[in-house]
Parts: sequence; structure tokens; C-alpha cells
Amino acid sequence: MNLSPFTIGLIGVVGLLGVGFYGLLVSRNLIKIVVCLQILAKAALLALVAAGQAAGQIDLGQSLALTVIVADTIVAVMGIALGVQIRRRTGTLDVRKLSSLRG
Amino acid sequence: MLSLLLIVVAVVFAFQAIRARGLIASALWLAGVSALTALVLYLYGAHTLAVIELSVGTGLVTVLFVLAINIAGDNPMAAGWIVPLPLAIGVSVLFVLVLGWFVLSALPAPATASGETVFSDIFWQGRGLDVLVQVVLIFSGVLGFLGLLAEVKAPLGGSLAESVTSGRDLELKALEEQLLEEPESPE
Repeated sequence: MNLSPFTIGLIGVVGLLGVGFYGLLVSRNLIKIVVCLQILAKAALLALVAAGQAAGQIDLGQSLALTVIVADTIVAVMGIALGVQIRRRTGTLDVRKLSSLRG
Repeated sequence: MLSLLLIVVAVVFAFQAIRARGLIASALWLAGVSALTALVLYLYGAHTLAVIELSVGTGLVTVLFVLAINIAGDNPMAAGWIVPLPLAIGVSVLFVLVLGWFVLSALPAPATASGETVFSDIFWQGRGLDVLVQVVLIFSGVLGFLGLLAEVKAPLGGSLAESVTSGRDLELKALEEQLLEEPESPE
């Protein structure tokens, strides 16, 4: 079986997206949800670079992926800071206990 | 084949990051995912991005996670899921199968390089708006982080306000008595 680098990259993208999606479904801890978002962002990063490599424009892929890294880091920073504040105010990181709009 | 091996290990690390009970362990597994992703990026020829991913994704984000976990505490939660576990596994497997079938069945033919391009030229000249957006994002992120991590000051109300005003009254009275007791200066 001879897999091209693009195919290998796509296998990784699908795998990381699946794991991140599963984590979002089962995680209750706010910090762990941020970890799952990070995994999803890694999949997007890999997809951009693999597509750039397959199209022969790796530098364009790199420049786009750099924006993804910056946005992903800011999402992580804000998620972590929100988690710390929520823990200080409510004493828990459990997202099920944080909901105040229960029916 | 090396990149395939690295990618499989990265997916296993990602699964371990979700499965880990402790948050510190989860953050360390995530750092492993970032490091392996950086290696794969390097093998793809994205050398600049690999270095940035290794320093930011593996270094900075992991340090931030450990800092936040130290502040918030690493208390493992009781067992329980947001959605039933079989449903979550089923939906995730279905998602992976559909996405995999959709993506892998529509593989484009590999293209050749259209011309010599340099990353710095594309990044600084061709993607100038992206650079501007990144600067704004970093600035707003730093400000937001400082604002959210700042200690919350209690409002001056109730007993705290009363204690402050009574303390000031006492200080004023002491100052008046001190002024009255002082002998008048000779003329």
C-alpha cells in the first residue's frame, strides 16, 4: 500500500477531528473542553499544511496555518482565563453545574 | 511511512489527553500531540511553521495550562457524561467514517509547484491583512487574559464601607486632639 503524503495527512486530520469531536461530547470539565478544542485546531493546522504541500504551495499553506496557530492560542488563553474565573466564582469547573438556564 | 507512524501516535496521544483523569496529565498528553504535529509539519517541508508550533503549541500553551490548573486546582470529577457514552462513541465513529469516506474518495491529483515562492514574501506582502489580524488578536488576547485573571475587588458596601468611614472618623478625631494639645508657639 503506497500512501501519498497528502493521504497520510488526511488520515491524521480525520483521526484528530474524530477524537476531538468525541472529547467535546463526553468531557464535562471546562479545561478539558479547551484541550479538545486544541486537538480540533491541530487537525485544521495539519489539513492546511497537507493541502498546501499537495498543491505545491507549501509557503501559502504555512502562512494560512500561522493564522490558525495564533487564533488557536488566543482561544486557549481566553478559555483558560474564563475557566479560572468560573472556578473562583462558582467553585467548580463542571459544565453541567454551570448552566443557569435549566428548563 | 514515518509521517504515518507519527500521525497514528499523535491520534493515540490525543485520545489519552481526553481519557486522562487528571488535568495536568491531560495537558501533558496535549503537549505530546503538539510536538508530534510539529514533527509531521517538518516532514512536510513547513519548517518555519514547525518551529512556531513547537514553541507556541507545545511550550507556551502547556505552560498556560499548567499555570491555570495550579490556580484552579486539579480535582478529578465523579464519573458521568454529558451524553450517554454509547451514543457519543457511535456518533464519533459515524463522524469519522463519513468524513473519511468523503475526504478520501475525493482526493485531488497532486499538483506541481507553480513557481518559486518564499514564505516571508507571502506572509508579509501577500497576506498583510492576516498579519494585521494576528497583531490585533494577540493584543486583545493579552488584554483579555490580564483582565480575566485579575483579582476581583470587593465593592465598598455594607460592613466594609462602614469600617472604612469609622476608621477615618477616628483618625480625624485623633488629629484634632493632637492639634488642641499642642502648645501655642511663642510670639
